Amino acid sequence: MGESAISLVKADDNNFLVTTNKGTQHLAPVVVIAGGLGTFEPRKPPIEGLENFEGKGVNYIIKDPEVYHNKKVIIAGGGDSALDWTIFLENIAASVTLIHRRNEFRGALDSVEKVQQLKNKGLIQLLTPAEVIALEGDDFLDSVIVNHLGDSKSIECDSFIPLFGLTPKLGPIANWGLEIKKNAILVDNSLDYQTNIPGIYAIGDVNTYPGKLKLILCGFHEATLMCQSAFKRIHPDRKNVLKYTTVSGVAGFDGSLKEASKSFIKAIK
Amino acid sequence: MLKDITIHLIDREGISHTLSAPLDMQLNLMEICKAHELPVEGTCGGMAMCASCQCYIESSHSILERSADEEAMLSEAFYVKDNSRLGCQIQMSNAIDGLIVRLAPSE
Repeated sequence: MGESAISLVKADDNNFLVTTNKGTQHLAPVVVIAGGLGTFEPRKPPIEGLENFEGKGVNYIIKDPEVYHNKKVIIAGGGDSALDWTIFLENIAASVTLIHRRNEFRGALDSVEKVQQLKNKGLIQLLTPAEVIALEGDDFLDSVIVNHLGDSKSIECDSFIPLFGLTPKLGPIANWGLEIKKNAILVDNSLDYQTNIPGIYAIGDVNTYPGKLKLILCGFHEATLMCQSAFKRIHPDRKNVLKYTTVSGVAGFDGSLKEASKSFIKAIK
Repeated sequence: MLKDITIHLIDREGISHTLSAPLDMQLNLMEICKAHELPVEGTCGGMAMCASCQCYIESSHSILERSADEEAMLSEAFYVKDNSRLGCQIQMSNAIDGLIVRLAPSE
């Protein structure tokens, strides 16, 4: 939980090795990718040189707010994240400037009102309608260039935090040697939703095949056929019989059998 | 039966596609693009919650104005121009027969 798979390689003849971003490793004979649209990554505004300043004054995610203690912070965005962090960092940072392309914000009414109060009290700077159009600094970010009502001006800062929400990206999955088509993993839908690498399956929104529909119904269907196939792969010598929970119940996590109550058998006189 | 309308769509490589769009299936421009396998993601499904179907209207058709939701999304989208719209918010109708529209860069 809270980790994402970074690499997937063949460990030996029978196993794959999956490594996460935190270094956790899983060894398994079968890997099923049910990755949805991928991993959610921050949307980055198209400002030249933005990526050069990542971690050097530019951050898209706030992990430790204390980092901004006594710092001059510029936040860009018009949603809840931009509003919430403006409110929160006002207490910590030396100064907070909130920049948004228009006057209207889309967020919880309470947050919008709080930001309005902070602005009225002069505790934050609010620049609307405005946009950050360039960044300045040698190694570390020194200032941003803001276009405000047609005029460009430079604002000194220690930190620029663009908060434009998240967007799903296929991410590392694309580099695992799997056949990718239209930003999804191509699978064999005539059989068991295996990918071009035997033993690796992909089910749900992350896969594609002729006639693919991104419906939860189809995702469940794909999962059932994948399970049958994966069982055979893991236990080639064992027979697997499809069973219905409505007939034979299901073993609960506490070890007991859970089943629907049986009907009475009683004569009517 | 309602007659199909025509949409002229210019993709991100500058290539123009003439798309035939039915009026009896309640489709929007994002869906028309997807149906023709053009590179429009429609990530949010058509709720004006992403900008993956952003496009620029290049003809003078009068189109229903932006809703508050569309306006809000476009204010956080990138590469936005005065003629930017979200394709998912443009319903097919006789009023936009012959529309010329260009896909915005993908983010």
